[in-house]
Amino acid sequence: MSKTLFIVVVGCGRLGSLLANGLSGQGHSVVVIDQREEAFAELSTEFSGFKVVGDAVESETLRKARTADADCLIAAAEEDNVNLMVAQVAKEVFGVKRVIARVAEPARELAYRQFDIETVSPTSLAGERVLTALTRGPREDR
Amino acid sequence: MKVVIVGGGKAVYFLAKVFLSKGYQPVIIDQDGEECLRLSHQLKAMVLHGDGSRPALLEEAGAREALAVLAVTPRDQDNLVVCQLAARMFGVPRTLALVNDPENQEVFHRLGVSVAFSTTHIMATLIEQQAGLEEVVNLLPVAQGKVIVSELLLRQGLPSVGRSMQELDLPAGSLIGAVIREEAVTVPRGPDRLRDGDRVLLISTPESYGPALRCLMGKEI
Repeated sequence: MSKTLFIVVVGCGRLGSLLANGLSGQGHSVVVIDQREEAFAELSTEFSGFKVVGDAVESETLRKARTADADCLIAAAEEDNVNLMVAQVAKEVFGVKRVIARVAEPARELAYRQFDIETVSPTSLAGERVLTALTRGPREDR
Repeated sequence: MKVVIVGGGKAVYFLAKVFLSKGYQPVIIDQDGEECLRLSHQLKAMVLHGDGSRPALLEEAGAREALAVLAVTPRDQDNLVVCQLAARMFGVPRTLALVNDPENQEVFHRLGVSVAFSTTHIMATLIEQQAGLEEVVNLLPVAQGKVIVSELLLRQGLPSVGRSMQELDLPAGSLIGAVIREEAVTVPRGPDRLRDGDRVLLISTPESYGPALRCLMGKEI
């Protein structure tokens, strides 16, 4: 990502705050949305973006975060269904070009990937990594 | 004829009862274990405990052969995902969702839910349009509220009584579809006059509903 992007991050939990801090650090403009004000404590002191308190499932909250102007939205809330809904609303209603949703349950993730929603499943990713590590056997240097 | 209902509470209990009495076979999926137990004692229906937005559970409920899926949990995001999975993964022909945020009604239609209904919207419309107007006998929002059909009772003294259709000057976006006089129903034409005791079927858009009521009943809405 060379040019500066405007990115909306939904959810300021472990994943959301990690992404918001990282993207802000790379110089992008970032807006983070979370229902709980306390969640923003996870943001680093260098985070220079905006914070919006609200439920992202309400279109009003997405409007406050200027979602219609975003280049990209990352739905990284705790709940799969929040992410799936917000991703689709951002794409279909607000016209955001690039939308990525975090979906924990593999079966649900698979289904939505077929519906043309870009999804990332931490469960599947971790599972694959563990399986690969196991089949490779123990590392020799230990 | 199977109908899958996702959600809990009294509304689900009564919905299932109505479906049973009409010969349908309701299947309920609810997150609350105690509620599931209660429902299964009270109803002759299959009750599954768990998250209805998980594909595996929808399949176990028989979504593949269901006529319709109703998602009535208090959370809009869950209702949307239930309906989308039902329609796209299991080919359920009709999906119905409860929405809490009235704005989501439109959003859900765009995202493929067959029917999205908002109790907030229905209550607000009723209060707004019917409060204090006992002459409005019936009010029915059609096409997700884009058209309003209402039945009005005309009484002596109202500005429209004694006037013909031509003289009425109803606002654009509204028309009188039928006049019920005693037992006869007529579709009025230009020269027909309205009388005391007539029941009028007014068809209008939500925007012209207020002006049309003022024109017929002379009341400020």
